[in-house]
Amino acid sequence: MSPSLEAVGLTKRFGSFTALDQLNLKVEGSKCVGFLGPNGAGKTTTLKMFTDLIFPTEGEAFINGVSVQKDRKRALEPCGDLIESPEIYGSLSPREALEMNGALRGMRSDEIRSRTATVLEEVKMSEWADQKVGRFSKGMKQRVNIASALLSDPEVVILDEPSTGLDPRGMSEVRNIVRGLKKEHRLIFMSSHILSEVVDVCDEVALLDRGKLLFYDTLANMSQRLGGGVRAVEAEFALPIDDGILTGRIASLPEVAAWSRSDPRRVTLQVRGGPTEQARLLEKLAAMQLGLLNYHESRSALEEVYLREITQGEA
Amino acid sequence: MSAASSANPVSLPTHGGSLGTAPGTAAQALILSRYQFRDYLRSRRFVLMMSIVAVIGAILSFVLAYYHGSATVSGLTSSSDAFYGSFWTEGVAIVIIFSGIIFGGDAIAGEFQNKTGYFLMGLPIRRASVYAGKYMAALAASLVAVLFYLAILVANGAVYLGAGAFFPVSLVESFAIAILYLLALLGSVFLFSSLFKNSLYAVLVVAVLFLFGFTIIEGLITALVKIEPWFIISYAQSVIGYPFLSSLPAHMTTSTTMGPRGVSSTTTTYHPTYLEGFLIMGGYWVLTAIAGLWLFEREEFT
Repeated sequence: MSPSLEAVGLTKRFGSFTALDQLNLKVEGSKCVGFLGPNGAGKTTTLKMFTDLIFPTEGEAFINGVSVQKDRKRALEPCGDLIESPEIYGSLSPREALEMNGALRGMRSDEIRSRTATVLEEVKMSEWADQKVGRFSKGMKQRVNIASALLSDPEVVILDEPSTGLDPRGMSEVRNIVRGLKKEHRLIFMSSHILSEVVDVCDEVALLDRGKLLFYDTLANMSQRLGGGVRAVEAEFALPIDDGILTGRIASLPEVAAWSRSDPRRVTLQVRGGPTEQARLLEKLAAMQLGLLNYHESRSALEEVYLREITQGEA
Repeated sequence: MSAASSANPVSLPTHGGSLGTAPGTAAQALILSRYQFRDYLRSRRFVLMMSIVAVIGAILSFVLAYYHGSATVSGLTSSSDAFYGSFWTEGVAIVIIFSGIIFGGDAIAGEFQNKTGYFLMGLPIRRASVYAGKYMAALAASLVAVLFYLAILVANGAVYLGAGAFFPVSLVESFAIAILYLLALLGSVFLFSSLFKNSLYAVLVVAVLFLFGFTIIEGLITALVKIEPWFIISYAQSVIGYPFLSSLPAHMTTSTTMGPRGVSSTTTTYHPTYLEGFLIMGGYWVLTAIAGLWLFEREEFT
């Protein structure tokens, strides 16, 4: 059975305020799904119901087909999660906190030891493994929390804005860790309001606004929504590209529909077609030996879809 | 869809599926209590509690040493029952109340306010295990404080009562009753802690109620309503001292006093029986544990 998360009619009301309204969403398989939305959209509310921290007014949440509301213990067994920024008992060390986590999960002592070493290494906290958590900065605590979420090598990973509280370097490291988590038989469900974070690490996106799911689709399809078959890619070169090369050699390629330039070394190209044409364009640019350093789908595409959907929702 | 990436993703060694099968509810409670107790032992609150007991013990030891030989102190050190009946009975109640406030006051409320609950409750664990685990840890930490107080008293007892009388059976009996009182008090404290998501409110309410609130209510009920305050936990507290008494006090005594204008007033005093004391404490323990857990099960981490 492939890992899955499913919300069936999930609704949460706080008094007269509806934080989440009839969410029906099923994410399944080995992938990373970004749960996007502006602040107050209902992302954390949803994730809290998936981890039984709050209770739905209506509906149910399932992890691997097991209802969180009916059997939280069994439902959360295959799951590692990080919701908001938890605090760990201040006088425990990261090693002890992870030992407690492992013991409560029923992991064997040798598994706990080896996985503790691995995940602490992964979040770059090995040298702090035996210091008291109470003395740590917010960012260091968040790293330990991430380590804790990964300790049991979970099939389902639920992350609520995991880079919160981290400096830019820490944020980049977290993205790298999440990318590294992608593997066979693992589903990652990560909420974020940072578009670039989602583009960097996710395969699919669910967009939530004011408690309602606006859409759930792959990143590729999402870009298609914007341009009707035209995708934007950004190419970065080691040296400035002069206009002659740009208009003569690059713009004349059949895959290129249009171009623009943000600075002498960076070019945004509108690509005709889908991923195949995008890959072919990359091959051709590389073959030109212009010092291609970086080539990636334009983040502005997702930004535009995001803003368009959110704005439509407001209208 | 990056063709080139500035950072290489790191691969964690994997084991093909989530590790571990969560143990039973009781086993998880025990595991949690072990780590929570460790946290208590290293905390400032533990140092504070031990300091309170040390100060009480130091004052007691000083007074005994300074006034040794005076008629009053000689009376108290004339027998082990007189000695422990005075110093243990009142002292241990204070120690239990303080340790309940310090270790239990914010035990549940703190999980919400300090966000430690988010770390625990995301794990495959029932809330009952968290509640019971924290209760057991608070009980163990409080027991350390009670034992410390007992050690100070017994050391003084050894000095003033002599080797043959410093550890009477009545002290063991009273200790057992004190533990029942501790269980009941912690149950009540956990209930109040479950009522609040704010540690300060929880600690304040518990402190006010147990340090003087219940005693005042007990007095008012007896004096004004003129009924036995069998439903107040502090009423049962006096049973802790019964093993040191040669005869138990009358369950109810009524005295009439004549006022200056010939108006008489009647005062009734109640003393719980052993059975009543045990039932009150046991009842508080069980009912507050059920009610506290019921509340905790329904609290949301909003």
